[in-house]
Amino acid sequence: MKDHNHILHNVDSDGIDRRGFFKCMAWAGTGVLWTVSGGVLVSKTLAQIAKAGSLPAATDLSFLQISDSHIGFSKDANKDVTATFRIALDRINAMPTPPSFLIHTGDITQLSKPEEFDTFDQLLKSCRTKDVFYVPGEHDVLNDGGKLYRERYLRSVEAKGSGWYSFNKNGVHFIGLVNVLNLEAGGLGQLGDEQLEWLEADVKGLGADTPIVVFAHIPLWTVYPQWGWGTSDSERALGYLKRFGSVTVLNGHIHQVLQKVEGNVTFHTAMSTAFPQPAPGTAPSPGPLKVPAEKLRSMLGLTSVQYKQGNSALAVVDSNLS
Amino acid sequence: MITFIRKNKKAVLLTILVVLNFCLAAWGNDVARGAAAGERQNKIEIKDFMFNPPTITVKSGETITWINRDEEPHTVVSVGKKFQKSSALDTDQEFTITAGEPGTYTYFCSVHPKMTGTIVVEK
Repeated sequence: MKDHNHILHNVDSDGIDRRGFFKCMAWAGTGVLWTVSGGVLVSKTLAQIAKAGSLPAATDLSFLQISDSHIGFSKDANKDVTATFRIALDRINAMPTPPSFLIHTGDITQLSKPEEFDTFDQLLKSCRTKDVFYVPGEHDVLNDGGKLYRERYLRSVEAKGSGWYSFNKNGVHFIGLVNVLNLEAGGLGQLGDEQLEWLEADVKGLGADTPIVVFAHIPLWTVYPQWGWGTSDSERALGYLKRFGSVTVLNGHIHQVLQKVEGNVTFHTAMSTAFPQPAPGTAPSPGPLKVPAEKLRSMLGLTSVQYKQGNSALAVVDSNLS
Repeated sequence: MITFIRKNKKAVLLTILVVLNFCLAAWGNDVARGAAAGERQNKIEIKDFMFNPPTITVKSGETITWINRDEEPHTVVSVGKKFQKSSALDTDQEFTITAGEPGTYTYFCSVHPKMTGTIVVEK
């Protein structure tokens, strides 16, 4: 791991260094658990955890993030994305303690086709965990501004505007944001004024000790603007969350694990279950990354998140599908 | 040395093509305006998340065709909704419009808004 720890984008060096946090980029396939111990961020590989048995034993809430299933994709980078998605579901079903619910951070489908959504829904039926919360990826809203997506995936929530919402579970406040619609030429992902005003009002009445989990498709931090990997007005959103002691931001879109800690905010991106994408700036474009067949599953995966009341930080654990 | 000659050859060929094109256009104007206009190929290739060429100059009434060579879907959307937008183009799918009023039109991919292009329509 040590070799891979380095700062990707030192957007705001204030605060973090003072508090003694370090920033780290955890690459896909490593499986890292992040906890805050005595104010210092500590990472452990899954192998270390297995050895020491130090995974949080009793948790009040555990949920799972899946992302970028891209059902309908059939190019060289992965000719069978339903098979790899099925493996991810098998992994979830095999967990000794099933997660309370799943969060899907977008790009359910490749081309927003009804039959692709159908296939996804059909596959998901085999999952033991039935509650799933969604946010759309740009691939889910291609031709209809997200109408079909909203009809299918927002039934269990009170969604506003183009599909954002919040809910509470075990004292944790969850916020699902949409940053893939009404994008402007030359720009990045965008939340828009209406959604930001809603967000400000949504968190207004909450105590600063309420743990916050924000999930959206495109990263809410500037990962690599040259490839559009960022959200133009995310700073404003994070401004409304500044007073909270624990904020966990879960994103997809870039098909690889990246993590950054800024003050009380932990940013995390998940692997895809379909195909990897190149590390920022290492290819001519962010298109699907072709890897040898035997390597593919090590670059796909899911993210488990655990919360124990009294512990301010949520433990975020990535595991791959190999 | 060889490359130099090759480049030269290319340049000669290009000149011939350009001249030919002018002749055709002139012929088109005199004899059959519509047909000749339809024959000119204004192609924009979408590759590596870029529109290539990023700027294209066409004559009013000519067609412009985009073809997506990426494994990622892309769209063609006019800034300010000046012309009809494409649906999501999958790999090797095409989208064609006919250039209308003279002017400068900018467009982008609504899926990857960093991707932008310009169409200059001349009379």
